[in-house]
Amino acid sequence: MKLEVDIKKHLRDFDLDINFSMQDEIFALLGASGGGKSMTLKCIAGIETPDSGKIILNGRTLFDSDQKIDLPPQMRRVGYLFQNYALFPNMTVAENILFAAVGDKKSKLRENLERFELIGLENSYPHELSGGQQQRVAFARILTSHAEILLLDEPFSALDSFLKWRLELELEKVFESYGNSAILVSHDPNESFRLSDKIAVMDRGRISEMNSKQEIFKNPRTAASAILTGCKNISAAKKISENQIYAEDWKITLTLNKKIPDDLKFIGIRSDSFEYTFTDTENIFDFEVVKEIEDTVSCIIMVRAGDELIRWEVQKDLWNEIRSEKIHVKIPADKIILMNG
Amino acid sequence: MEIAPLIVTLKTAIASTLITFFAGIFLAYKVASLKKFKGIADAVITLPMVLPPTVVGFFLILFFGKRSLIGKFLLQFDISLVFTWKAAVISAVVVSLPLMYRTTRGAFEQLDKNIIYAARTLGVSEWKIFWRIILPNTRFGILAGTVLAFTRSLGEFGATIMFAGNIPNVTQTMSTAIYSAVQANDYDLAFQWAIALIIFSLVFMMLLNSMKHLSL
Repeated sequence: MKLEVDIKKHLRDFDLDINFSMQDEIFALLGASGGGKSMTLKCIAGIETPDSGKIILNGRTLFDSDQKIDLPPQMRRVGYLFQNYALFPNMTVAENILFAAVGDKKSKLRENLERFELIGLENSYPHELSGGQQQRVAFARILTSHAEILLLDEPFSALDSFLKWRLELELEKVFESYGNSAILVSHDPNESFRLSDKIAVMDRGRISEMNSKQEIFKNPRTAASAILTGCKNISAAKKISENQIYAEDWKITLTLNKKIPDDLKFIGIRSDSFEYTFTDTENIFDFEVVKEIEDTVSCIIMVRAGDELIRWEVQKDLWNEIRSEKIHVKIPADKIILMNG
Repeated sequence: MEIAPLIVTLKTAIASTLITFFAGIFLAYKVASLKKFKGIADAVITLPMVLPPTVVGFFLILFFGKRSLIGKFLLQFDISLVFTWKAAVISAVVVSLPLMYRTTRGAFEQLDKNIIYAARTLGVSEWKIFWRIILPNTRFGILAGTVLAFTRSLGEFGATIMFAGNIPNVTQTMSTAIYSAVQANDYDLAFQWAIALIIFSLVFMMLLNSMKHLSL
């Protein structure tokens, strides 16, 4: 499965300008709500029309503004899982699954009812099903059709966390049926990381960064990517010597053990990257505790650094031992994210 | 009491509703999927609902009368519409169509667009989407529009009396019969037809309300 997308579309708040290609992989578009992720999927599926560009799926041109090609969605063979599943309310589960089925309907129905644990629900209507069951019917409906690629639009946003987790595990089965190639749209960094191979970070209609998921999470190159991958502490920064950085928002100087790029603009540090230690002297700071919030497994400590607050997530046991109004923490040099945009 | 106005009324309302039903659904579907000129198309179709019926009747005469292009054309086939039962049907269609159209369009627009998009991406033809998805899922709106259009046809007066006249046994409906009765000072007769109309309309509106429970 190979998909090449290079499209432009003028939207009310910004211009969508997307260029990527993918082959036999799970590709995640990670971005904030309203950043053009769903619009990108809709353009691929033919529900929306780009102003210009090209979309090619397995060598078939789905859209090409120069050649005036714009296949209707019916001819694109793109499976689209909608956020609200969009089952046909007037049809039973079996009718929904078979409505667009190609080939041997009887065996396809059986096979998919089994695969998605829907046996016994054949004659139920969508409004009688739970959210999870509805999603499984929607998957079965796509799998019986002629789709060559799977597009998932925020597939778990409408589900509670337990169900979400179960369906995430089930999704592997669906991916297998599609040769492990799909596009996933999500605003949840952890979900994207778990499900995908490659991640493209989208920000206001553009892909700001595209890489393997490990690389994106470890070394996001822009502040926008860092925020989307869940990094909560970001400060404007500048290089002040070969191995030293001044964090302008936090008003601290950090020493690094690696080469610092000259065009450094921001640094970031994840909430769980801080260390509590007395044996070290480098990059150790005393911060004033402004607020402590008890979370389920850890404590979130907000400390004042310069004009900003830094968020530190610490194990509850440790925090109970060291709790005080001023704390002594280390920012490990190898955990500092360097960003140039 | 002559029963003819009742027969004429029912015949007219049924014929008009049959036409309105299909025309209303067709227009609703077309206008709902328009991207440009939606506002003007909507206004033109809805206009007869807000205009005084006499204005509608007047324009119908101008439009279909013997001196108009259409009137002359029809005369070649020996068809004259003014003051005929067909004219009563046309009047009823023009004034009841906006009700059918608006109610149906509202139902179409309330339908979750993703359902239609999903069907398209699955490869379902537009024709099959319309008959198997859009119509079944908007059936209550369509039924409501049909009942409203039918009751509106039952009570149609202004355009009918201008365009179709008030000819006993031919174009005299219950509502125009009331007018004649009052003019002839026959209040008893007027009262009888008025009650008959109220009962008819009430029954249909109650039928409509009871159908709400059947929706989806």
